[in-house]
Amino acid sequence: MAKNKVALIGYGIASYGALSPEVSYKEMMYEACSRAYQMAGINPRKEVDSFVTCSEDFDEGTSIFDEYVPDQMGAMLRPTQTIAGDGLQGVAAAVMQILTGRFEVVVVEAHSKASNITDHIGLLHFAADPVFTRPLLAHPYFLAGLEMRCFVSISGNTVIDAARVAMKNKNNALKNPLGVHGAKIDLEDVLMSEPTFEPLKKLDQANPADLGLCVVLASEERARKMGLSPVWITGMGWCTDSYQPERRDWCWPAYAKIASEMAYRQAGIQQPGKAFQLAEIDDTFSYKELQHLETIGLARVGEAGEKLEEGAFDLGGELAVNPSGGSLGCGWMLDATGLFRLIEVAKQLRGEANGYQVKDARAGIAQSWRGIPTATGAVCVLEV
Amino acid sequence: MGLKRVAIVGAGITKFMRRAQETGRELSYYAAKMALDNAGMSLDNVDCVAESTAPDAFDGVHMNGEYLSDGSGGWRKPYLRSYVGGGSGVFVVNHGWYQVASGLFDTCLVVASEKMSSCHPHPQGAFLNIFDQFIERPLGCNLLWIFALEMNRYMTVHNISHEQIALVSVKNKKNALDNPAAQIPEKVTVQDVLNSEVLAWPVHRLDISPTSDGAAAVVLASEDVVHKYTDKPVWIDGVGWSLDTTYWTNKDLYYPRYVEKAAIMAYKMAGITDPRREIHIAEPYDPFDYKELHHMEGLLLCDKGEAPKITEKGITQRDGSMPTCPSGGLLGVGNPIAASGVMKVCEMFWQLRGEAGARQVTRECKTALAQAWGDLMQVGTVIVLRK
Repeated sequence: MAKNKVALIGYGIASYGALSPEVSYKEMMYEACSRAYQMAGINPRKEVDSFVTCSEDFDEGTSIFDEYVPDQMGAMLRPTQTIAGDGLQGVAAAVMQILTGRFEVVVVEAHSKASNITDHIGLLHFAADPVFTRPLLAHPYFLAGLEMRCFVSISGNTVIDAARVAMKNKNNALKNPLGVHGAKIDLEDVLMSEPTFEPLKKLDQANPADLGLCVVLASEERARKMGLSPVWITGMGWCTDSYQPERRDWCWPAYAKIASEMAYRQAGIQQPGKAFQLAEIDDTFSYKELQHLETIGLARVGEAGEKLEEGAFDLGGELAVNPSGGSLGCGWMLDATGLFRLIEVAKQLRGEANGYQVKDARAGIAQSWRGIPTATGAVCVLEV
Repeated sequence: MGLKRVAIVGAGITKFMRRAQETGRELSYYAAKMALDNAGMSLDNVDCVAESTAPDAFDGVHMNGEYLSDGSGGWRKPYLRSYVGGGSGVFVVNHGWYQVASGLFDTCLVVASEKMSSCHPHPQGAFLNIFDQFIERPLGCNLLWIFALEMNRYMTVHNISHEQIALVSVKNKKNALDNPAAQIPEKVTVQDVLNSEVLAWPVHRLDISPTSDGAAAVVLASEDVVHKYTDKPVWIDGVGWSLDTTYWTNKDLYYPRYVEKAAIMAYKMAGITDPRREIHIAEPYDPFDYKELHHMEGLLLCDKGEAPKITEKGITQRDGSMPTCPSGGLLGVGNPIAASGVMKVCEMFWQLRGEAGARQVTRECKTALAQAWGDLMQVGTVIVLRK
């Protein structure tokens, strides 16, 4: 186990499915944070040393969105900052704050009010390079189609393997209360669904969901003082590859590889393939799960599809991959997606995954990607 | 202090200007390169990158941090963009501090850039989106309005005249004459400020910093490796930040209590009990001239309502006993939002090392402070530096 570790002492979820006209983002944040504080048994106004929120202005429809976070988190007049990044990157910031020794308890919040975005694709156009890529006026998902084509051509995995990911995750989600996009589907359903960006099909893509998420992290000393037996974050890595699509590794992405190496180094993991009982892996597009598994060393190159077919990644297999249902089953949640994966791993390690519990889960890994058109991702290793 | 003590070992800045031909990525590159050269480092020596830029609405780039990543040296590195609106510039250095102080990294490149000129016809339009969707935006607010309210309140509570406030603009624009990066260095008089166009009473044109394009960067190193890069490190001994309520209309704007909270956090960490004696030089945030005064009070560098008086006495001039904004501040050097905060940290770095050239202050300085402000009269970010 790692030398420097940080305790996860509470999490909170406020799940609202694909649409949430009944609540504002502030109400979702309040609900998620209250639940996390309650689980951790802390008073945010007195016992939290710092708050980290994760958001992007355009997703929120508000410039300088960090203006709108403190009150509903109990963070007024306290050290509060935003990470314009994925939830796991927010966790990275919090972990580092705690490791300085100046902060004992740090809270990380992220939420998705994706249903407020009327034209998500239009918004993604603004994320493309204004000089080189945006003038092409292509639907941003063409990048996923091209990448999938590259991956199935080079890696040895097939379009059918990718479809099997979608089938597994959507079926897994049926057991998860967060699984709003869960469905009882078979391979045929995925393969026969409408082609979007060949070889990508409609059911290979994750759809949005609304929710609020919050986790409470604490120093080792503080967690022990509180008499808790927490989940430990023992390794944390994050990385950004080139912003220019043409300069990236399209088959095994560098952001995932470098982030995982960093996390494994901290956690003292030599053989990642044998280190975990479960993995929550980015599956914004079905092929991404296979690509990420191979890139971060959880499957040998070219073999992820085969192992999936053998059932190795099912609940009850040698490594349960996305037992939660992942993004294909629970939704794609803007920058809260990484935090969702972390919380799902924590749930399993605490034995709280009712109905989809991985047996004897002692160590798990959460891995995130910020989605198109970015090349940014993070990895977090958790143990009990 | 944290697990590891952290020092600034290099600083870099671009010229601040109204309309740069360069993209934000290029501006970031220039500042980062200068900071790395200054520290005798290359990107190979950089373990991680902390970046900041303020609202994406300025240049219309969604996930602007991703866009700026390679220009900031973040290629295939642990790269994070942190964000607290206008307070981001000083905050991002605090953010770099905790990355290194945590013991996870030996070095960190901190870069902030802003490209406001892409917003047509004027970046002020983008500020409408910072207001509450339901209560405030329908009024068609702009940022000058709330500054006008705050300035008026500050003047009323302490019975301060516009002449007293204008002295800050005169001082900072004059200080900027010696700054090669400055956008609007100018010799102006109090009368010039009072005679300039009224934008939102009592705010006149010369009370305000300009909109700017520019970038600034610093390189941080932990105590374990600092000797490899410099024998004149400037240590980060205190960091502080605080975010007040969203509901700015519910509080008395005459005093920035969030700045006080942030300052107390930083002073406590730096072991400072009497900031008026122990801080020798400061760069308080000055997007408006009254803001410098307002912030000096929040930073506990003088009593409430006293800042205009010590300014009148010349104490805050470069040859005074507590020089403020010797760089020329935002009023003189310019205000590319996030970059302007890092510019202030750069200036304190050069002043403490005695490298500020014509801008070098007269008094001996051992401890310096930089501060930024942001959001809806809401966030204070503070850093205390020692040589």
